[in-house]
Amino acid sequence: MSEGLLGSELFRLILGLVIVIAFSQLNALFLVWLERKVSGHIQLRPGPMEVGPHGLLQTIADGVKLIGKELILPLKADKKLFFLAPVLVFTPVLVGFLVLPFSPGLIIHDMNVGVLLVFAFSTITVLAILTGGWASNNKYALLGAVRSVAQNVAYEIPLLLAVLSVVLMVHSLSFSHIVESQKTVWFIFLQPLAGLIYLIAATAETNRAPFDIPEAESELVAGFHTEYSGMGFGLFFLAEYTNMFLVCAVATSLFFGGWNGLFGFSFGIPGVFWFLLKTYLLIFVIMWVRWTFPRVRFDQLMNFSWKVLIPLSIVNLLITAVVVKII
Amino acid sequence: METSGLNTILQFAFWVTVALTVAGAAIAVFPRNILYNVLGLALALTGIAGFYLFLGSLFVALMQLLIYVGAICIAIVFAIMLSRPLHISAPPRPPVKMWLSILASAVFFVGVVSVALKTKWQCAAGHVYKASQWSVENIGNALLTRYELVFEVISLVLLVAIIGAVITAGYSRRISS
Repeated sequence: MSEGLLGSELFRLILGLVIVIAFSQLNALFLVWLERKVSGHIQLRPGPMEVGPHGLLQTIADGVKLIGKELILPLKADKKLFFLAPVLVFTPVLVGFLVLPFSPGLIIHDMNVGVLLVFAFSTITVLAILTGGWASNNKYALLGAVRSVAQNVAYEIPLLLAVLSVVLMVHSLSFSHIVESQKTVWFIFLQPLAGLIYLIAATAETNRAPFDIPEAESELVAGFHTEYSGMGFGLFFLAEYTNMFLVCAVATSLFFGGWNGLFGFSFGIPGVFWFLLKTYLLIFVIMWVRWTFPRVRFDQLMNFSWKVLIPLSIVNLLITAVVVKII
Repeated sequence: METSGLNTILQFAFWVTVALTVAGAAIAVFPRNILYNVLGLALALTGIAGFYLFLGSLFVALMQLLIYVGAICIAIVFAIMLSRPLHISAPPRPPVKMWLSILASAVFFVGVVSVALKTKWQCAAGHVYKASQWSVENIGNALLTRYELVFEVISLVLLVAIIGAVITAGYSRRISS
């Protein structure tokens, strides 16, 4: 038993962590390229074209440039917190990967409270953004951080309530149980409202447009990461794109059947490819939304969450509870 | 041999958690910078989540993280943002206030320690708790049966807080308009 714990389980966790870190870098490289391509084509431009075929290597070039840049510390910034924030922002995202169900055998650690783990750690991101914005000692950064806190408080509630209605149906907080119970029917068909609320709230949680007021460039320069240069900025960027993957992967496993194929048919495609396909399709949808809708105003953002999303998700949860009790 | 190695790692992790919690608590009290205080509080509360992990309940640890670090600390941050601008340095602590709070926390400390010393602790080695005993179902059942009263009283406290917040917000808005 003890040998198994030291020998295989610990080894598995460390190996998993290494793979996750490598994957998150690759994923961010790909997503940044994808975002520039999507935005380009939506605006009738080709996007990056010069470096590599169709600009595929552009992000690598940008990344190398970013690593080479100097880390500038503003004179009146709080040095310790300023460097703590980019590290802190990346931790919760990595933890989330521990429980993602890529396929039946491909989960680093299948916990019976996996769903809770992802959302418990995702709250640390807000603290990190706040720390970074405050430590910069810059009014734009501070404003961005304050907005981020307000936004996250407002959108965490409908997000969790939407997830809760799925959890109520499955009677489990384990990702693999939730995915297994969607073998024939995806939960997006049984819980369309919860799925929609989740996607909207998740877009807001990841600070993506149209909810990107913490970094609204036309008002706040770059929001909470205005003062960050080099890899300090790079880590914030990396965390944002990894977070986007995480949020979409969670949506895939909660609402879109995870590793299951369409309506019980997998067409001979392995589960992990189904999972990645659905996740990247969701990411594409989020990018599509970003380049289609204008940014909302702050009061619109708050009203939408408190007066529309939260009441709707509470009603949805109540109906789910009643129906689950009756069946 | 293997077991002792694992135990050493566990012991080490436990004392690191203790150190982090105590350090967090110290940061939450001593610096004059209010944002440091909040982050210290968050660290201390995360350390307490670590203790729940050592006690064998991942669920309670995660709830601790979600509620105390995620919700309470963020709410405190919210209150800070609405108060005095952060770049203005804080005035020195009034000595009377400081001594009073030292007294209050000393009384609390003595009370908790004396209760802890009086209790006859039983070693759990005889009946090792399994993870399944701390399952979500069991916690839910306990909350709605044996600890129902406590649960309801806590929700009453929250209700009072919500009503207070609504009245405060509505009242101040009426005055300003």
